[in-house]
Order: sequence, then C-alpha cells, then structure tokens
Amino acid sequence: MWTKKLVTIITEKILEDELIDQFKKLDVKGFTVTDARGEGTRGVRSAGWDQSANIRFEIVCDGLTAEKVCSYLQTNFYANYAMIVFVSNVETLRNDKF
Amino acid sequence: MIDNLLNPAVLFFVLGIVAGVLKSDLKVPQALYESLSLYLLIVIGMKGGVELSKTSIQSVGLPVMGALALGVVIPLVAYVILKYLGKFSVPDAAAIAAHYGSVSAVTYAVCLSFLQKMNVPFEGFSAVLLVTMEVPAIVVAIMIARLHRSKTQVLPWGKFFHEVFLSKSIVLLVGGLLIGAVVGESGMQPVKNVFFDPFKGLLAFFLLEMGLVAASRIKDLKKVGIFLVLFGIGMPLISALLGCWIGKVTGLSVGGTAILATLAASASYIAAPAAVRIAIPDANPSYYLTASLGITFPFNLTIGLPLYLRWAEWIVGKSGV
Repeated sequence: MWTKKLVTIITEKILEDELIDQFKKLDVKGFTVTDARGEGTRGVRSAGWDQSANIRFEIVCDGLTAEKVCSYLQTNFYANYAMIVFVSNVETLRNDKF
Repeated sequence: MIDNLLNPAVLFFVLGIVAGVLKSDLKVPQALYESLSLYLLIVIGMKGGVELSKTSIQSVGLPVMGALALGVVIPLVAYVILKYLGKFSVPDAAAIAAHYGSVSAVTYAVCLSFLQKMNVPFEGFSAVLLVTMEVPAIVVAIMIARLHRSKTQVLPWGKFFHEVFLSKSIVLLVGGLLIGAVVGESGMQPVKNVFFDPFKGLLAFFLLEMGLVAASRIKDLKKVGIFLVLFGIGMPLISALLGCWIGKVTGLSVGGTAILATLAASASYIAAPAAVRIAIPDANPSYYLTASLGITFPFNLTIGLPLYLRWAEWIVGKSGV
C-alpha cells in the first residue's frame, strides 16, 4: 500500500473548466468531478440552476502536487468564490498511478 | 395590464414565486431546467430565423445599429447611477451594469406572446435585435471594471471572448436563427410539432422554475438595500424610454418599438452572470442576481410589458407612423 494525498475541493460550478485547465498544468494526473449542493457562509448552494450550482473535485496525488494545487487555489480563488479545500491521507494500491 | 397578467406563463411565474416564498417543497430538477432553457433559446432563435427569411435585409440594418447603441449606452448610464448615486464599488457597479445592458430572452419571449395576444403586429427580425443586445453591454461593463483595476488576476481577453461569444445562449440563439433563416417556413413544417407548437406551454413551465429562483432572491432583498430595489425598478424604466426613442428614430413599428423597449428594460440572468462571475470575480453576486432576478424580471413580466407597449404607442403613434 502506498500513502497518497486526497485533495477535495468543493466550489462553484462556474469554475470547473478553469480549474481543469490549471490542474493539468500543475501535473495532476487525474481527477473526479461530481455535482454537489450544500450551504455555507456564502449562502445556500442549492444546485437549482447554474448560478447556484456546486461541484466537488477529488484528486489523488503525491504530497508535492497537493501542495501546489492548494496554494494555487488559495491565492486565486479563496477571496472571491465559494470554495473549501481539504487534504487527507489515503492508501492506494499503485504507486506510479498517482 | 390585466390582459398581460392573464397569460398562463405570467401566472405560472407568480405561482413559482408564491410557492418559493411560502417554502413549498416544490422543486424543478436541474436537468429539466437546463433542458427547458436549451429548448427555449433554440426555438426563440429558430422562430426569429423563419421570420427573418421573409424580411428584406435592408430593413434590418438601422434597427440593429440602434440596438447596438442601446447595448453600449445602457450599461454606461447604469454604471454612473450605481457608482455615483448608489455609492457602489467599481466592480459591483460594473457587474450590475452588465446585467442591465444585456437582455433576457425569456422576457423577450413573453413580450412576443403578449403582443400577439393584444393583436399588435411587429417586425419579423426582432430576434436579431435580441441577439445583438446580448453581448455588447457585458463587454462594456467588463472594460469599465478593468480600467479601474490595479491588482488581482485578470482573465486574458481571448479567453473572455471565447467565454462570451461561445456561451450557450449565443450559440443556441444564433444557431437557431441561422437554421430558421436557411430552412424557412416551409422547411420547418416537418419539425413544427416539436419546436413551435409546445413552445408556449414549455415557456410557462420554465417560468414556474424562474418564479422559484426569483423567490429565493426575494429573500435577499433586505440584504441588498433600498437603493438597489429602487434601481431594479427605475433602471428598466429609463432603459425602456431610451428603447422607445431609438425604436422611433430607427423607424420601427409600435410593436417593434415595444419589443426594443422591453429588450432594453430587461436584465440578463443567463449570459451575464456566467461571464461576470469569471471576469469580475470581486463583484458580489448577491447584488446583481437579486436585482436582475428578484426585482427587474418580475417587474417587467407583470407591470413592465403593458407599460412599454403603451409608451411605444404614445411615442411612435404620436408622429402618425
């Protein structure tokens, strides 16, 4: 088993394309996106229509990439967008895949 | 005014608002909302295209120039009012201005059905005016925001234009227009059952969802302050007057002028919010979404439409045209 980082990002759907472009530049090898809804300091994110829709990104990667992703997100989006990012350790079966 | 209110589409909108305000568990699934908005945009384009195929190109030029002028002037007027009277920050004022300069295709569709109901004839090319007014205001407002910006990341123009000109509403409206214009009325017969006949019913259904969304915004009215509420009603009136005047100057009929006034008065909630959220990230979405959806959209659908028709009759009719 190999320990990797799972970076979870919950943010506004409108950022999806922008983030995907950037993740590729930051050496992220793969990710999963799902629709999400919830409520936080920026109000209800009901997913009722585009402007209030949320998404959740999950990225499994090494520690260095996780740090790059987190610092990129914090610098560029935390101030103006609904976004939370958290990182956890996960056990994976294939070292070179992530 | 009662004639306008007794339109099923408007009543469904009111039902949505009432259900939302009373916290009913009524919800329109997101997939259905998206499907309906795709359908409505493409059909609005196609209907416009079919009408366009019957019109001479020369008659379109002047009104299109007028619509373009409105698309540039309205956001500037809105910006000045918001910035200097309302004391909004530059990003907030520019973001709201983008919404008021751009247009709402659904308000346009309800306006057409209102005019048909009132037996007021109008120019066939009015959908071209809708398409013309969708983008310029967004560009103008974003340029204002950028002129005042010293820091924060700036979206490259190339990416921005891609975002705006290839947004779904532009692709569907322009695509529908071209398809409609190329195929013409006779070519539409085989697909009429799908694209034209159910339009009014589906528009009514869509407005049910818009009522729910508007209701969720109405709850934010207290947060945005009295100035923005007054702006949400006052700005469409100013824009509609400008629209009536441009309609008269460019030689539109009473119906066409009422449509241009409605377009001018309407505030965008599909194209503008998406572009503005990316291009002016530090503007507060509560302000522009609440003003556009919670105030101006309901105002235009209920009181605005009959009022603009009356103004158009008064301004254009007076000169005996």
